[in-house]
Amino acid sequence: MSVVQENVSPVRPRTGRAAPRPRLTPVAIVYLALVALLVVGSVLVGLRGEVLLDQAGILNILTRAAALGLVAVGQTMVILTGSLDLSVAYLIGLTSLIAAETMAGRDGMVVPGVLLALAVAAGVGLVNGLVITVLKANAFIATLGVALILRGYLEDNYTGPAGDVPRGFQHLGYDRIGPVPVAALLMLAVAAVAWWYLSRTRPGYHMYAVGGDIEVARLSGVPTRRVVVTAHVLCSVAAGLTGIYLASRLGSGAPYVGTDAGYDLESIAAVVLGGTLLAGGRGGVVGTIGGVLILATLDTIFDDLAVDPFFKDVVRGVVLVTAVALYARRMTARRARGRLA
Amino acid sequence: MTREAGVAARREGAACWRPRLAEGTAPVLVVLLLLLVGLAVTGPAYDEPSGYLALLKRAAPLMILAIGQYFVIVSGGFDLSVGALVTAGVVIAARLIDGDESATTGVVLLVLGFGLLVGLVNGLVTTKLLVPSFIVTLGMMLVLDGAVFLWTDGAPRGALSAGFRTFGRGSVDVPLLGEVPWSVLILLAILVAAALFMRGGTGRALVAVGDNEAAVRLSGGQVDRLRLLAFVLSGLLAAVAAILLGGFAGVSAQVGNGLEFRAITAVVLGGVLLGGGRGSVVAAAAGALSLEALFTLLNLLGVSGALESAVQGVIIIAAVAYAALGGGLRQRLRWRPKRNSTQPAPS
Repeated sequence: MSVVQENVSPVRPRTGRAAPRPRLTPVAIVYLALVALLVVGSVLVGLRGEVLLDQAGILNILTRAAALGLVAVGQTMVILTGSLDLSVAYLIGLTSLIAAETMAGRDGMVVPGVLLALAVAAGVGLVNGLVITVLKANAFIATLGVALILRGYLEDNYTGPAGDVPRGFQHLGYDRIGPVPVAALLMLAVAAVAWWYLSRTRPGYHMYAVGGDIEVARLSGVPTRRVVVTAHVLCSVAAGLTGIYLASRLGSGAPYVGTDAGYDLESIAAVVLGGTLLAGGRGGVVGTIGGVLILATLDTIFDDLAVDPFFKDVVRGVVLVTAVALYARRMTARRARGRLA
Repeated sequence: MTREAGVAARREGAACWRPRLAEGTAPVLVVLLLLLVGLAVTGPAYDEPSGYLALLKRAAPLMILAIGQYFVIVSGGFDLSVGALVTAGVVIAARLIDGDESATTGVVLLVLGFGLLVGLVNGLVTTKLLVPSFIVTLGMMLVLDGAVFLWTDGAPRGALSAGFRTFGRGSVDVPLLGEVPWSVLILLAILVAAALFMRGGTGRALVAVGDNEAAVRLSGGQVDRLRLLAFVLSGLLAAVAAILLGGFAGVSAQVGNGLEFRAITAVVLGGVLLGGGRGSVVAAAAGALSLEALFTLLNLLGVSGALESAVQGVIIIAAVAYAALGGGLRQRLRWRPKRNSTQPAPS
């Protein structure tokens, strides 16, 4: 111990000064970045004589955030558990079709349509989870395989939009309270429930445990299989909710509504941008929502600035890698500090 | 000891003969053989070698991508950027050549250099900035997709020269074999080089990195340099695949769509463990060929193109489940013969 201290004495003063400063967690970084982005964006959009955060702007950001946010909250749980879900994009298309076709324009069928879509989503999640836990397939391959199966089903049975959503159900997609869309509130409510589940309940803690080290979790008596399956079911249900929301917004179901927006990789990007470790065990829903809001704000700013849509992808890629590099740097710095102290 | 056992086994007869294959290679070769037999039975075109040569020509780009992906996967990473890189390579080549025959050589070198550079960036960000390769290559995919079309204003422009397209669709007269497509020759050269590379020290170290990075680091291996090398090779081979695909399929903005997942599927089908440390490069290439043969077979059987992906999905899940669960199954099956063969050895 003393030897170690002697070795590090030159660096000591610097770490000593750094310690009292409130430590920035990834979540804090995300929201600081979001605020910075809003300020910079407002200035840039202001230079063109427009306002970023007027009623329409806020509405725009939150509407974009609602769909991605719902998927990303589910994806957060799966990633925290050390897994991954690549099947959400096709599942979103599938559930939008199921909901719209069951409703078929009848107001009385809204509830059955929603329930059926969610049940199918839960079933797909169950399959994902069981393939991973029972067949011991790598999560990447398991969910990719399920995604391909869903894609085959969609391509075989649908060529375009199908089904019809009754007018009454379109309130979910278009109603708003002030500048806040109802769907954004739904997304926030789902996020709040997920936050409570992950940080205040035993099964939620188990997810962190499994993601941190599945062997240690298993040896400490955590039912690891059940935890992984639960995470996948919840993730798929969240994707199902997204499909239902998009069906209500589009007025019908669309097979490729999820893949066109790239919700599979996009949701993973949002989760990781929000400071959750891709390997699992660290992170949370709050950061994810921040990540989603950053992506949505970026999109809105670029739209306002009339930037080439392809430029968006470039920026998004750079932002994603930069953010994760920052988190990784902080983690290693902290680990190094922990080792020295 | 093992050699004696081998000699003893050989003496006992053909029943105990086992080919020397890397672990996990046998299943995919069996699958490939079944598919080829299926092709021979269903398709009249597969009665003679030219049909198989055409299959190999069609499969060459995916096999080359799978070989590149293998290097990354076996060292414990992912490369999601290869699909976008293929598109970028084709689009860049088309715009720069623009039908000008004299530009071909320069552009081919440039595309290869571009692949190398992309791989280098992927590798450097992964190893130096400690970002998981999944995220790095996902970001690279977004950047490439965006940047290429930003540069060409949204749609591919220009045209490839005939010289450029020769690699993808031309063929060359080889003594004894007759007309052999260029792409098959390129594929064979790459496959042989890759197999030799994986037998050498660097190749073995690469697998070791995927198996246990800390152990390689502690035993003095250059972990970062090895992983960097894997990404560079993957980028370079994706550029080669782009040149072949550009020649074979022509210029389009969708040419590389989904190829990254297809290449990963092929590698996994070849019995290579995601997460690294296990599998052979020949098996990965065989996985890619199996995938292509499967699609051809499904086509011949009249299965609708839409169900193709569903079949692909079932197969990769089955392949991975077999690899994960089959170990125990195989051991149980092998238990008896093993005992029989060890019993006579001492006597």
